[in-house]
Amino acid sequence: MDDSRLPASYMAPGTSSFADFLTSHSPALLPSGRTLPQGHAADLAPHGTTIVAATFPGGVVMAGDRRATMGNIIAQRDIEKVFPADEYSCVGIAGSAGLAVELVRLFQTELEHYEKIEGMTLSMDGKANRLAALIRSNLGMAMQGLAVVPLFAGFDLDAGQGRIFSYDVTGGRYEETAFHSVGSGSLFARGALKKLYREDLSREECVTALVQALYDAADDDSATGGPDLTRRIFPVVHVITVEGGQRVPETEVAEIADSVLAGRMNRPDGPAAALT
Amino acid sequence: MSMPFYVSPEQLMKDRADFARKGIARGRSVVAVQYADGILFASENPSQALHKVSEIYDRIAFAAVGRYNEFENLRIAGVRLADMRGYAYDRRDVTGRGLANAYAQTLGTIFSSGGEKPYEVEIFVAEIGDSAVDDQIYRLTYQGQVTDEHQYAVMGGADEVVAAYLHEHYTENASLSDALHVAVAALGRSSEDNGSTGDRVIPASDLEVAVLDRTRTQPRKFSRLMPARLEALLGDRGPTTPAPTAPPAASEAEDQSDTPPAQGSQTGQDGGGDGPV
Repeated sequence: MDDSRLPASYMAPGTSSFADFLTSHSPALLPSGRTLPQGHAADLAPHGTTIVAATFPGGVVMAGDRRATMGNIIAQRDIEKVFPADEYSCVGIAGSAGLAVELVRLFQTELEHYEKIEGMTLSMDGKANRLAALIRSNLGMAMQGLAVVPLFAGFDLDAGQGRIFSYDVTGGRYEETAFHSVGSGSLFARGALKKLYREDLSREECVTALVQALYDAADDDSATGGPDLTRRIFPVVHVITVEGGQRVPETEVAEIADSVLAGRMNRPDGPAAALT
Repeated sequence: MSMPFYVSPEQLMKDRADFARKGIARGRSVVAVQYADGILFASENPSQALHKVSEIYDRIAFAAVGRYNEFENLRIAGVRLADMRGYAYDRRDVTGRGLANAYAQTLGTIFSSGGEKPYEVEIFVAEIGDSAVDDQIYRLTYQGQVTDEHQYAVMGGADEVVAAYLHEHYTENASLSDALHVAVAALGRSSEDNGSTGDRVIPASDLEVAVLDRTRTQPRKFSRLMPARLEALLGDRGPTTPAPTAPPAASEAEDQSDTPPAQGSQTGQDGGGDGPV
């Protein structure tokens, strides 16, 4: 009869962390709880690519292209790589797609679990640190080619502004100001954002700047997908403000993407920035 | 040569049951009421931090009376079980029935094992479906019994008095405001057993109210109604309602049947998790 009773580890007080609970109760469910055989696993699974994020007065926007690649093959053309982490934050992922999605699920559960156990949400820095811990525990796999590099953004209710955090594979956590991007096309996207970003962007302008940046990334990086006009596949965009996070409706992104494309018909390199 | 002292199994179980029942009856009642958009929970609980009603998962909520440390243990176990299942399978695979079964097994085992003190708790596990007919309220008792409740359910404190009021006044498919009025009035009735004859009006700041609301757009349907919202919903509680900001003494002339306000704070939770709440 004791078998059917909830195990003692469920009743044990102490941790409010779901990942810590899994570590003690069923480590096999953790992405980091597996041991890989020797070798390089990078070519076995699809990779997600470019994520961009930028702040605007009153919030933060994150956008991701829709392509996943396996070597020279396009593994998926409508993959989603930006996810809400909780009500006031979202996470975008570049790197090994399957592992990244699993890590996002763990992170989402981690935040919700803390909120339910403690009756309050983690601070913005607390969330960013938890994500760093999850990435750090994945270092072994990263060294075998299964790296996951997230970009984390959210609205900090205490500070009253949007914030962006980037990570490296060892779990290093770096706060970014204004804008940032990760993934294979990130160099081109960041270059574009340098020229397009202004501090007084409105929400719509900020979304447009990010769609422009993703276009530039897709222009020069084969692993980043541009807007797919025939299939009407456009970037996933999340906006987070003091009212919470929300995915920008597909129709709105389509409209912005269409206007970006119309501009590129005249000037394929995108809007020209002033020289001085 | 001492004779082993014989206690019949019937007596042993009865003693344990009496012990648990007494602990549960000492606290204040929690009511769960089905309304048009879901299930409403209400309880008199001056503490803003120590909750009797909590979220377990998307469509599942937990309410408890009895010893705080014991039901808090069960609540955390429930959150862990639900999150674990949702993570290992899918969010849709987390069900109230599964959780109620796990609680029933746990409480039953603890109650009938000789070595452990029986839990002095009673629990509701409630789950909302896509329509009112799919809503479920499970009642779990200290000895692990599960019963399926319909329309409304009461546990702890003077539960019979509260249930009698709900029996008279409950209507199906009520609006949130109507359901809240009935639930709060029923809780106010619970003082009848200690001599006073009228209904108490519990100030909004002493109420803990939460709903599982299927009209919420988020997947997580649980939400707490904060005092400001409660006051807006309960605004027309009639002449017995004390002014929200006035000190308790201000209401004395309004209705002599009001129980003294001091009573409301006597059994407030002390944070130590020791006494029944």
